[in-house]
Amino acid sequence: MKLTNRSKVVSNKEQTGMEKLYLPGILKGMLITGSHLFKRRATVKYPEETRPMAGVYRGWHVLKRDENGAERCTACGLCAVACPAEAITMESAERKKGEENLYREEKYAKTYEINMLRCIFCGLCEEACPKEAIFLTDRLVDTEYEREDFVYGKSKLVEKVDKRIDVTKRQTLEVAAFKKLPGLKHNEVWSGKNLNKGNKH
Amino acid sequence: MLTFIIYKAIICVAVFALSLAVAAYSTLWERKLSALLQDRVGPDRAGPFGLLQPLADGGKMFFKEEIIPNVSNKFLFILGPSLFMLTALMTGSVIPWCKDVYVAGKLYSVQITDINIGVLFLFGVVSIGVYGIMIGGWASNNKYALLGAIRASSQMISYEIAMGIAVIALIITSGGTLSLREIVEQQDAGVANVVWQPLGFIIFFVCALAETNRAPFDLPECEAELVGGYHTEYSSMKLGLFLFAEYINMFISSAVMAAFYFGGYNFPFAQELYDAMGLADGSKWIAIIGFGAYFTKIAIFISVFMWIRWTLPRFRYDQLMNLGWRYLLPLSLLNLGITVAVEFFRGHLHF
Repeated sequence: MKLTNRSKVVSNKEQTGMEKLYLPGILKGMLITGSHLFKRRATVKYPEETRPMAGVYRGWHVLKRDENGAERCTACGLCAVACPAEAITMESAERKKGEENLYREEKYAKTYEINMLRCIFCGLCEEACPKEAIFLTDRLVDTEYEREDFVYGKSKLVEKVDKRIDVTKRQTLEVAAFKKLPGLKHNEVWSGKNLNKGNKH
Repeated sequence: MLTFIIYKAIICVAVFALSLAVAAYSTLWERKLSALLQDRVGPDRAGPFGLLQPLADGGKMFFKEEIIPNVSNKFLFILGPSLFMLTALMTGSVIPWCKDVYVAGKLYSVQITDINIGVLFLFGVVSIGVYGIMIGGWASNNKYALLGAIRASSQMISYEIAMGIAVIALIITSGGTLSLREIVEQQDAGVANVVWQPLGFIIFFVCALAETNRAPFDLPECEAELVGGYHTEYSSMKLGLFLFAEYINMFISSAVMAAFYFGGYNFPFAQELYDAMGLADGSKWIAIIGFGAYFTKIAIFISVFMWIRWTLPRFRYDQLMNLGWRYLLPLSLLNLGITVAVEFFRGHLHF
């Protein structure tokens, strides 16, 4: 069965006199390669040029702050449970008095680490998060020389107060509505029992 | 006497520098052309259009670790690439670069030496070139290097015969001279030798590809079978010398081909152009224009060498030997026979 018309049937027949001369065949081949001199280059000169990227690209995570600049993450650990690659670890701590402007709720993540070499950028952490705290962004993960440098801590994940990161393309109303579905306990949505409920929407 | 020595020294250094510069920029052009033929851009980061890339490559080569295997014969291991480089550079000495020039009232020829057996010298030196590969490959004490070296030597020996016979036919048509300058000068007024020796040119071209170990005859360093061929064990600048000498060989064989078959520094209607510009014989402008024409021809040949490399797959070894012995050798003999017969009946040949 032929799927395309491009395949050619191989035969082991003797070369004809013309083919034995090689030169016409070589010239034909050289014309083919020569014609590529005038074709469009496929190269994208990366740092200067970039390829168009989808608005919902899943790259370098961000830990969001709320409108007052307090971290939204409460270190509930749902993202770590949801993570199929087990890339996320965290330690929680209790908020002290006077830290209300830093952390939104009484519990916060003292450390929060994502191993970017383990991460498969599936976006399940984002889906599991009940606090709208973690999002994947269209920023590409940097290159590093050491393995350890790929374990991103809070310094690389939490957005800067004065440099907010726009996630409106991923944080749409539809996503919010999906998360609020009745009976939809995050991270259980993928178990067989609740799968149908989740898909009804 | 002193002026003679200074003049020769200047020309020697100039040819040496030219060979190295052309070889360096051939590496860049090879990468650039291969990229263009494959819809890529090629090196463009080092300097404008990547023009400093050869310097970067050379610098990298120098700073690589120098490895001499314990089991190798150290003297021969170092001698191999040196000899290969030496012979590659030596061949440039008999090539006439442009017409004679008057400098301070004296006529100087722009050629290191115009020996009357120039063609023989060229072939002799090229034959020694294979010793560089052979010694280097053997001294490495590595089976792949040895196989590459054996392939290189047998390939060169096989193709030198067809090449030599093609050149004999050329020498007969140009009146029996072995001096490169005379061969080039004879194409001055008339037409280029390729018109009289088309078959000879094709044979010479194919053999030149094989002699310089270029694709599709690059079996000595065939990385699919032999790791790296004869330079498997080499590193740092000694590897650089091998690779560099290959490009110099390519440059020189292009220069020889342009001189033998395409009139060297002559080009159609050259005399008319010079007359129209009012240039007298020995003017430096004639030399410069002639050198430009010669260099254009060389550049075209080098580009065709590369174009072929990035088009054709490698020959199998038995195919290589078949082509050399069963096709090229009989063809060159046929070419020689026809040439001799024609020249004899035209009365140019006396026995």
